Amino acid sequence: MNTLGLYLPGTSVIHRTTAGAKLAVMCAVGVGSIFLDHTWQVGTAILVVLAGYVVARIPIRTTIRQVRPLIWIAGFVAAFHVIVNGWERAFVVVGVIAMLVLLASLVTLTTRTTAMVDAVVFVCGPLRHVGVDPERLGLLLALSIRSVPVIVGLAEEVRDAQRARGLTASPRAFAVPLIVRSLRHADALGDALVARGVDD
Amino acid sequence: MPVIEVDGVTHAYGEQSSRRVVLTDVNVRLVEQRIGIIGANGSGKSTFVRLINGLVNPESGSVRVDGLDTKKHGREVRKRVGFCFTDPDAQIVMPTVQEDIAFGLRRRGLSKEEIASRVSDALTTYGLDGHADHPAHLLSGGQKQLLALSSVLVTEPATLVLDEPTTLLDLRNAAKVADVVRQLSQQVLLVTHHLDLLDGFERVLVFNDTRLVYDGAPDDAIGYYQKLMA
Repeated sequence: MNTLGLYLPGTSVIHRTTAGAKLAVMCAVGVGSIFLDHTWQVGTAILVVLAGYVVARIPIRTTIRQVRPLIWIAGFVAAFHVIVNGWERAFVVVGVIAMLVLLASLVTLTTRTTAMVDAVVFVCGPLRHVGVDPERLGLLLALSIRSVPVIVGLAEEVRDAQRARGLTASPRAFAVPLIVRSLRHADALGDALVARGVDD
Repeated sequence: MPVIEVDGVTHAYGEQSSRRVVLTDVNVRLVEQRIGIIGANGSGKSTFVRLINGLVNPESGSVRVDGLDTKKHGREVRKRVGFCFTDPDAQIVMPTVQEDIAFGLRRRGLSKEEIASRVSDALTTYGLDGHADHPAHLLSGGQKQLLALSSVLVTEPATLVLDEPTTLLDLRNAAKVADVVRQLSQQVLLVTHHLDLLDGFERVLVFNDTRLVYDGAPDDAIGYYQKLMA
């Protein structure tokens, strides 16, 4: 089962904070993270974000699940920096990535998608004057969040089918059906959106 | 009941070299409350029902719902005709149950209070209360189909089109969905391979090889279909 980055109901102060405020903090931290240059700074930032998980009463297993997909890429980046720049630089780079992923996940775990969509639609309102449809941007955000578990589910099904047929180490046998099924899903979702009056 | 008129409809997919005709000269007028649509795979029944809420526009001929041409008045037609697909995963748009039910209502500009009230009613009516904040993708197959159904029904369409809604479900969940369909006050067009779901229906259309080949009472139509498939 996959609960990656999906809303967990709650009544904590983080849950009650408006979606706009949370998104603004996330953007500010994202921009500010380029100034984090020392291990103590990164360590403190990670601890502050983890404190947010405690305040929001997010289970530890769910917290770990948010960063688990990073293991391979973080491992590769860390190994590169340890060899080239030393362990301190490796900690700073990987730590910043992990902190940002944890923060983004904390926002999605404590915010209803509709609240985020409303915030995005509000912020993007002025773009109407240059021909951008804020409602469509909001829908795009909602669909992106909704699609994460769908694509993960499709990948699991494809991997199972691959194993059942003994194709355990074939990237092509994994990628091709996953792309085809994802495109089919997108097609069917498009039909469903039209049927529900989205294009009207 | 709404009046659905299909006049001289022929439809094909693809360009000239790969053109594949999927419906040939279909003429029918539907006024009954319960209408079943059966036929072999590839016989044209899914395309037929997609014409009815304007998901597909006919290559030739016309489709009208209460006098509204689906080509010219797609928006009004889609407000009257709800559509439920075979695979609920492909039609659940929002991440959580109550957000998905509210999705269609939000786009109709209803007040927050009205939306909350309708969503709460739908959750209770379709046995999804207690799942309001659950991620939609973690529901069982039957619950997903009930969610897809309730998300369409909450917008109160006059006609509901169901394209094989029980094909991916086990017997228990198929029975649950069938129960919900049986109790609907709307006009229902049901495409199915589960012939027992047509019990109590008033009219059944049989499609074969892109044509409407039989149109009549359920027992006669099912008998005709069974002989055709024998």
